[in-house]
Amino acid sequence: MGEWFAENGLLLGLAGLDGLAYAALVFMVAVGLNLVFGVLRIVNVAHGSLFAIGAYTAASIGLFFTAQGLPPAAGYAALLLGAALVGGVLGPLIERVVLRRVYGYEDVLQLLVTFALFMILEDMQKLVWGVQPVFQDSPMKALGTVEVPFGDDTIPFTAYQLFVLPGVAVATLIGLAWFLRRTLTGRVIVAVTTDKEAATAMGIDAVRVTLLTFTFGAALAALGGALASPTTSLVPGIGASTIVLSFAVVATAGLGQIEGAALTSLLIGMGRSAAVYFAPELEVVVPYLIMVAVLLVRPQGLFGVVEARRV
Amino acid sequence: MSRRAEALLALLGVAALIFTAWAAPWLRFVLTVALAKGLGVLGLLLLLRAGQVSFGHAMFLALGAYTVAFAAPSVPETLVLLPAAALLAGVAGLLIGLFVVRYRDIFFGMLNLALSMVFYSVLEKFYAVTKGTDGIRVPPLTIAGLEPVRETQEWVMFGLALGLALLCALGVRAYLASPMGQALAGIKTRETRLEFLGVPARRVLLFAYVLSATMGGAAGALIAMTSRHVTPQLAYWTSSGELIFIGILGGAGSALGPFLGAAAFELVRVYAAAAVADAWQMILGGVLLAVILFAPGGLIGILSGRAQQRPAGRA
Repeated sequence: MGEWFAENGLLLGLAGLDGLAYAALVFMVAVGLNLVFGVLRIVNVAHGSLFAIGAYTAASIGLFFTAQGLPPAAGYAALLLGAALVGGVLGPLIERVVLRRVYGYEDVLQLLVTFALFMILEDMQKLVWGVQPVFQDSPMKALGTVEVPFGDDTIPFTAYQLFVLPGVAVATLIGLAWFLRRTLTGRVIVAVTTDKEAATAMGIDAVRVTLLTFTFGAALAALGGALASPTTSLVPGIGASTIVLSFAVVATAGLGQIEGAALTSLLIGMGRSAAVYFAPELEVVVPYLIMVAVLLVRPQGLFGVVEARRV
Repeated sequence: MSRRAEALLALLGVAALIFTAWAAPWLRFVLTVALAKGLGVLGLLLLLRAGQVSFGHAMFLALGAYTVAFAAPSVPETLVLLPAAALLAGVAGLLIGLFVVRYRDIFFGMLNLALSMVFYSVLEKFYAVTKGTDGIRVPPLTIAGLEPVRETQEWVMFGLALGLALLCALGVRAYLASPMGQALAGIKTRETRLEFLGVPARRVLLFAYVLSATMGGAAGALIAMTSRHVTPQLAYWTSSGELIFIGILGGAGSALGPFLGAAAFELVRVYAAAAVADAWQMILGGVLLAVILFAPGGLIGILSGRAQQRPAGRA
């Protein structure tokens, strides 16, 4: 063990740092998915497309800013602008024009509606941005790298991935927990999640809450995509792979748990990044193996609450 | 739909398929694949009847397809490979089913999704065995020991798919009308009550799961034999979504729905891809959206003039 550690210790440290940055991104997507499912009771397959479009939009705005000769720090404005634009436009559009029509439908039809949206958005994204990789990393470059002390050595790691990504995720976690528990709007969302009929009977405008929640969830997905865009080349298919991964997170965590989603993102992010460094052929499998293992022991998910069976 | 109307529709459908395959030889391949996919969707329909959406059903099709691809060099016989693939998928369905039938709704869907993604990445990553994303070519197969010329081969595959489709559609009809099949609908409405009646709900669902996996395996084998090439894409989650898509497009209320849906799906895909190469997915998505919003009974619902009825309802 000691010998193995001496040999692979640095790799392990790197995997840990990578896993943290990755978990932060996964959390941003999964928490939005969870929130939307709570209120709408729809598994939104198109959530991954919002992530992808958020990433592309942020990258395009960033490239535009750079072309205008703005400093690299303007890249951060581009990230926020991209996320706000996608969440604010596509979110309400999808909810009002499509989803609102199918609320009374069966689960499978609702799921398929979002699958149809996914197909449409996926091609739209190819038509707008093409299939060539899009790359824009000025926000990451602007911050440079940090030497992270690890034992006797140091690991060079980008400050963006070390501070910005986990920072935003933690801020989202705290902000969201505060918002849902301490503000009126937040508590109304929780009320609709718990029991839509009772909430409506108490005078809550469930239609408005639904629109608000979906827009908010879409913005979180788009922000996740925008934050991810400086760290990777954007290619078609990132939406599809992101959404299945966040499905795994949501199912593993159990439904309706924000803190649970955070811990599970961390677990799955770390697991995946350990696989990337030590068993690359298992990279894609690890999140699902974790999920299957968890559900085997806890059928309602790690943090899910067992629902009473109705007779 | 009445019995007579359904039988008439089935006859008309078979006649139309055979005529198209004869009049337009380039569509023979498309229609064979459509029939095979319809067979896979028919299996999925059994689970939908119980209100459970498997978002990983394509893994059984992929399993059947890869069984053919792996075994074909040593046993190049269609009539051996097809049942073997179905049997293997059925056994896999039993093993996986024992685990997943304990879960309902989103957990059922997500577990199936997870397992299919595991299978997908095994196919994709273990290049030495599976040739990764390149996929495996399936060599020409014999049929009952004979080596037919290409056109005969195409006709045989088409006939095989059509025969199997009809056989399974009839079987599924009988099964859904039986107490076991009726209990599936009970799982959807209120499972607790079913158990109060002494019906073992999990075993009922497990039986349906194994059946659907077996049909999936046969469907995958047919696809592999027809397209003569298998890739991990067969098991990817979007392929599973496609199967549900076909089920709803056709209409979940009748055993004919999946085949109608599959034929429509494949034809739209072929023509949309030829017309606008970059936007065929968008067109399919638009069609799906239109069907759900304006004809939730699917194509079958439109044909039987009950477009207002929701599919997989308590029929």
